[in-house]
Amino acid sequence: MSAPAAPAPTLAVTGLRKAYGRVVAVDGISFAVAPGEIVGLLGPNGAGKTTTINMVLGVLAPDAGSVRVEGLDLAAKRSEALERMNFAAVYSPLPGNLTVAQNLRVFGLIYGVRPLGARVEELIAQYDLERFRNTKSGVLSSGEQTRLSLAKAMLNRPHLLLLDEPTASLDPATARDMRARIRGFASQGGLAVLWTSHNMHEVREVCDRVLFLSRGRILLEGDPRTLPGEHGKANLEELFITVAREPLSLEPA
Amino acid sequence: MRARRVAAIVLRHFYLVRGSLSRVVPLFVWVAIDMVLWGFITRYLSTASTFRFNLVSALLGAVLLWDFEARVMQGVTMAFFEDVWSRNFLNVFASPLRLSEYLGGLVLSSIATSTVGLVVMLLVATVAFGLSFAAYGLLLVPFLLVLFLFGIALGIAGTALVLRLGPSAEWFIWPIPAVLSPLACVFYPLATLPAWMQPVARLLPPAYVFEGMRAVVARGAAPGAPLALGAALAAVDIVLACWIFARVHRYAVKTGLIARYSAESVS
Repeated sequence: MSAPAAPAPTLAVTGLRKAYGRVVAVDGISFAVAPGEIVGLLGPNGAGKTTTINMVLGVLAPDAGSVRVEGLDLAAKRSEALERMNFAAVYSPLPGNLTVAQNLRVFGLIYGVRPLGARVEELIAQYDLERFRNTKSGVLSSGEQTRLSLAKAMLNRPHLLLLDEPTASLDPATARDMRARIRGFASQGGLAVLWTSHNMHEVREVCDRVLFLSRGRILLEGDPRTLPGEHGKANLEELFITVAREPLSLEPA
Repeated sequence: MRARRVAAIVLRHFYLVRGSLSRVVPLFVWVAIDMVLWGFITRYLSTASTFRFNLVSALLGAVLLWDFEARVMQGVTMAFFEDVWSRNFLNVFASPLRLSEYLGGLVLSSIATSTVGLVVMLLVATVAFGLSFAAYGLLLVPFLLVLFLFGIALGIAGTALVLRLGPSAEWFIWPIPAVLSPLACVFYPLATLPAWMQPVARLLPPAYVFEGMRAVVARGAAPGAPLALGAALAAVDIVLACWIFARVHRYAVKTGLIARYSAESVS
């Protein structure tokens, strides 16, 4: 009897490359994220994480390689692929001159959410935003804005979620709740998540697999709970520091 | 093109305008002031000059039509600037929204805002200064249509310029109507221009509108062919403007400009 076939990946990145002049930001990386899997994209500043995420989001054209979302080529079927995904990033808050409810309604229409009113109310409740329903999002605290960004990211019940440091502005209790919620969406709803963070404790807690980027290439890949030991490090943070300071020491011979 | 996505852009603009005095007031105050100023100038010139045609219809009507064209252009660019100012590019362009849907939303927003300005201008010009649109007859409809189409084309081309050059390039956008007005022959016949400027003016759809308007005021009729040519030119301008925007957007995606579009200036 043959082994059950692995599910088709929600996200398949193949040979992705991007250079700015002579600087190669992302150097031919390939990886996949399966349904229900949370993959951490780690690396020091300038390693190529945000460039990779921007290419997966379709706002940066790769020089080479392809991005497929549930089999749809992003370059050819951009709108259809983006309907199946969403994102939240600390550097991309929602328009501060719209209220919380207005922002969710506008982006709900863009993502084709139905029934929109009920979904907006559901998210406002889930992300503890009731008090701010009619508050302009620009005057919210950074943590409240992050909750709003996460609510927007869940509007269309995405199959693929890109999160760039999603809990950076949240207090520990809220961050823990958010991690548990996203973990739940992944394990029960089959949500695939690509997650960047500099919080190694969080990565260890939430990610099934991590990819360490260094100088635009995937240097290491594996289970965040066992990977440090495989490379003679006590924990993920120590491994991160090694990747950041002496990546060559971890390069395969 | 999905109507719901276009509606999202219009709804966003409606929310912004509805909740902001600083956005509502400019929709009608500046055009009302323009009407009052030019209304008095026209009234003075009517008594002090020996013109044999109705100055109110020729001059105040011209100001009204040109202001309408400028409002249409600004309607498009203002809706776009809202995304620039709120640093919303990543949220917008990393969504399923297509370029055609985004531009469609900007255009519909402009129709709504410029209509408010037009209604206010019509009220001031007719009630306070006796401008009678009966003087233009049914030709008022194609006049407004050609100016509307050209305003949309200018607005889309202007947004492409700001997308390419960065937020500070908005200062290139505001003076566009003023820069074009001498060539558009708003206040004088095209024949007034030096010979070398006339071919340039003939490339601008508004020149046909204002020539037609003066013909109607002076002779009670205007030839249809030049106005049709003006409409065709305006339609070509819209296609050209959309093509430019799409090219600039492609460049912005290739270079990463959209993802980091908050810089003062970009290359």
